[in-house]
Parts: sequence; structure tokens; C-alpha cells
Amino acid sequence: MAELAKNAAEMSKVHPEDTASPLKEAWRAFCKNRLALAGLGIVIFFIIIAILAPVIAPYSFKEQELTKRLLAPSSEHWFGTDDFGRDIFSRIVYGARISLWVGFFAVLGSAVLGTILGVIAGYYGRWLDTVISRTFDIMLAFPSILLAIAVVAILGPSLQNALIAIAIINIPNFGRLVRSKVLSVKQEEYIMAARAVGMKDSRILIHHILPNSMTPIIVQSTLAIATAIIEAAALGFLGLGAQAPSPEWGKMLADSKQYLVQAPWTLFFPGLAIMLTVLGFNLMGDGLRDVLDPKMKQ
Amino acid sequence: MLTYTARRLLSLIPVLFGMTLVVFAIIHAIPGDPAQVILGQRATKEAIETLTRELGLDRPWYIQYFDYIKSLFTGDLGTSLRTRGPINQEIWPYLAATLELTGAAMFIAVLIGVNAGIISAWYSNSWFDYTAMILALIGVSMPIFWLGLMEQWAFSIQLGWLPTTGREDVRDPITAITNLYLVDTLIQGRPDQFITALKHLILPSVALATIPMAIIARMTRSTMLEVMKADYIRTARAKGLGMFWVVYKHSLKNAIIPVLTVIGLQTGLLLGGAILTETIFGWPGIGRYLYDAIGYRDYPVIQSGILIIAAIFVFINLIVDLLYALVDPRIKYNQ
Repeated sequence: MAELAKNAAEMSKVHPEDTASPLKEAWRAFCKNRLALAGLGIVIFFIIIAILAPVIAPYSFKEQELTKRLLAPSSEHWFGTDDFGRDIFSRIVYGARISLWVGFFAVLGSAVLGTILGVIAGYYGRWLDTVISRTFDIMLAFPSILLAIAVVAILGPSLQNALIAIAIINIPNFGRLVRSKVLSVKQEEYIMAARAVGMKDSRILIHHILPNSMTPIIVQSTLAIATAIIEAAALGFLGLGAQAPSPEWGKMLADSKQYLVQAPWTLFFPGLAIMLTVLGFNLMGDGLRDVLDPKMKQ
Repeated sequence: MLTYTARRLLSLIPVLFGMTLVVFAIIHAIPGDPAQVILGQRATKEAIETLTRELGLDRPWYIQYFDYIKSLFTGDLGTSLRTRGPINQEIWPYLAATLELTGAAMFIAVLIGVNAGIISAWYSNSWFDYTAMILALIGVSMPIFWLGLMEQWAFSIQLGWLPTTGREDVRDPITAITNLYLVDTLIQGRPDQFITALKHLILPSVALATIPMAIIARMTRSTMLEVMKADYIRTARAKGLGMFWVVYKHSLKNAIIPVLTVIGLQTGLLLGGAILTETIFGWPGIGRYLYDAIGYRDYPVIQSGILIIAAIFVFINLIVDLLYALVDPRIKYNQ
């Protein structure tokens, strides 16, 4: 009898893993993916470097010491010095700020604008949808870096304009994603029910449709940051992004191009930094997609 | 098939039209006086007025746009501000150089990417699979302009195997016929020059191929894994067919559609990536032409360069769409 009661008590106990919130469950799945965790680790590593740049960097990023031009890596200058005698390690540390800043804000801009346009196109449909979708088609008809070059050609070369350009070229990716999500959510019965009880459009959009479109947006954002960082570096490399003496990684590569024979370290480390950061965001984005939105995998 | 092709062609019209609007806007959206921006702060008033007239900026924008479209239809791309030459004639050698480079890159990317993906799927979870997929992940994250520089350092400067820049040996220039040097040297029966041209092509095309190769490998692997679960593949394997027949005769055709999409999309990105690769390797292609034009604020060339690359991109996507319909007859009925 006592045994039975104990069993009943055991059975009525709520197991924590059964009630875990979807977020916790997603986190647990994410942690099982070793590559994704490695990606998260890399991203956190670079974020810490960016935040603590003044503490970590042993030298200033623009202080020139012409007697120390093009020194090879040593205990004094871990990554060597560039043609102005600036410490490359310090410049890369400060450069992390620029790349993450551009990546994050460019993607934030395109995600917000893309979401708004996508919702309008998907929810209201008709001529608005036609106009918005056709505009997206046209933008996607350009290879992205080319469109970015066009935007910078209009606005003039600077880091800020490169950020704007990258934000603009990524709008259609988000817009299309949100539009298709809205189109499918719109057909759900609970949306029809909400409409039937007289809920206003704005309320339906904010309370029902947007939250349901959130996961693909998050996944897409993470992957888009990776692309945005490469695009910003590419624009910097072409002289269309950050300008001297900014320690932007792409710009650093462009400035040291002619020292490939004499001082390859001036080129090795900035590129490695770009690759690692991008790899981090890509791994993290892939992991997030597998966890949050397995259907997107294709 | 014919109606499908016609329908796809018709749907291109608004896109191409929109593209000309975007390209047209490049000059007109410059804040302030475009002529002033092009000529710089120290330009004289007369010079600015002359350029304004030359570019037709003194007329209302819709008339300018109409003229622009009209000249595009006659194949007139305008005049370069730097060289004073007609762009539609100047652009050909550059375009051919880019086609040779992107063609070679796509060849490498598809050949290695598809096969690496197949082997990875066949021996999934083997050491080959892991190595290939980790390399592919790194490849996707690679800034190609950096990869290009590192290639130059390793294979030209350290090992001395391949030339760093250019398309030909300047002491023994290649006579251009089609401007595709691999073809030209063969036509002229110059195997020595063919080898030189090929050597110049290797580093830039490998750099350019990296990202598409990685993406194609990942895509092929995942679609092949999917297809290989199918019953008819199990039957084929049970019959004792070797890997070669199962893969190339049975699986690949069914796995190829998503891979085709990726190949189409990547070709467009290659054209964009060519700008970076050509800058590093001194490859006299359209990307380089565009890059130089940006430096000189040669806006007519910037406009035409962008328009041509985008137009090629659109047509490649059209070809890919038509290829789908050929590979998978269901597609043309469903649309």
C-alpha cells in the first residue's frame, strides 16, 4: 500500500524537463551541437575583445612610430607592425569594434526595414505587395556587392555609408522571408478567429503575426551578420568603406597590399580576424537554424 | 517548353526595366551637383557647366531617362569620361577576361564541389566527410580578397610556381582574337602561350571558386543524403551496383535541382566576387574596369559596368530556370 502511494506521488511529480520553456529546450539542443557552441564561443570572444579593446590593446591603434616600420612579429609586437610602425595586434583589437558594430547595425537596419516591408506586402497584399515584391526582385537581380558599390558611389565612400549600403542590400532577404511567413500565418485559423472577434489589424500584426515570424528572422540575422562583416571588409578593401587611419580589417589589408613580399604578417592577421569572426557567426547561425527552424534547412 | 521559355522571358522585362532605373539613378541620386562631385572641389565653373551639358544633366530627368533607354536599345553605353572612348567598344576585352575567369572558377567549383559532396554523402560521418565539411565551412567564411593575397604569398612568392598578377607574359603578348586567351592561343597554335595563360588563370580562379565550391559541396551532400535514403537507391545498392552507377546514374539526377539553383545563384555572386579577385590579381576584367572607374569617378563606366554584370546575372538565372524544366519536366506544368 505504502509502495503504491509512493509510486503515485512519484508519478504526480512534475518532471522539470517536461515543462521546460521552449527557449530552454532550444538552448539545450543548441548546446548539444558542438560546432554551434564553438561558433558562439568565437563570437563571444570577439565581443569581449571589442568591448575591452582599450584594456587589451598594448598600443594605440593610430600611434605611428616610423623607426619601427614593418617589424616582424615579436614578444613586443605580437603581430608585428605596419608601414607606419603601428602595432598590428592593437589595430586588430580595435578593428573588432568596427566590424561587429557595422555587422550588427547594418543587419538591425535591414531586419527592421525588411520586416516592416515584408509585413505590409504579406498582410495587405494587392498593389502594395506587387510594388514591394517587384522592388525586391530588382534589388536581388544585382549581385549584392555590386549594389553596395552602387549605393556607395552615390553617397560617397565612408564607413557610415558602407553600413547604409550593406543595410539596404540586405533588406530584400528579410522582406521576402517575412512576407512568406506572414502569408502562411495569415491563413491560420486563430488569425481568422482574431479577425472575426473584431481585433484591429495592428493588434493582430503585433500580437500574433510578428511573434510567429520571429524565429526565421533571428536565424537569418545571425547569418546576415556574417555576410555583412565580409561585405564591409570588401568595401573597405576597395577603398569604399572605412577611411584611414581607421583600423577596419578590410582597409588594413588594402593598405598593406604592397608589402606582401616584405612583410606578409601585415596581411596575414587582419584577414584571419575577418575569417574567424565570420566563421563564428556562420557556425552559430547554422546551429540556431537547426534548433529553431529545422524546416529552413535547404 | 517553348511557352515556358516565352513566359520566363516576358517576366524578365520588368526586372530589366527596373535595373535600368537603378543604374540611371546612380548619377542622379548623388547629393548636390553630380558634375561638381565628379570633377572635385577645385573644378572651374566652365568645366562643371561643360560636363553638365555633356552628361545631359541640364535637362529634365524623365527626358534624360528616355534618352538613356533609347541609347541602350541601340547598344550605346555612353562615353567614358576618362578615356573618352565609347564604352560599348572598350568593354569587350574586359568582359571576355571576366568570362574566362568566372568560367574557370565555376568549372573548378562545380567539379570539386559536386564530387566532394557526393563522396561526403556516400561515406557520411567518415573522416573524409568531416574534413570536407569543415573545409567547406571555412571556405564559406573566407574573405576571398584575403585568400587571393595568401595564395600569391604561398604559390608565387614562396614557391615561385605561378605568376602573381596579370593574364599573360608581358614579354610575349598574346594576340587577341576572341579575348578569351585560352581559346586564342589554341587557335593560333601556340601551346607555350596556352600554358602561360593557364598558369596565370589558376590562382585567381581558385580564389574565386572557393566560396561557391564550399556551398555547392554542402548542398550536394545534403541533397544526396536525402536521395540516397529512397527505396530505389536501396534496391540499386542491393542489386550490387557499385558506387559509380548508383550515384551517377540513379541519384545525381534527382539530387541535382537544388544544386542547380545554388550554381545559378553562385555564378551571380562570382561576378560580384570578380571585382575583388581582379583587383588583387591585376586581372584586366570588368571588375577591374569598374574599380578603376570608381577611382576616377567615371560615372558612365560605373553605370554601364554595373548594368552589364547585373544583366548577365539575370540571364544566367534564366538559363538555370530553363535547365530545371529540362531536368525535371514537372516544373513547367506546375507554373
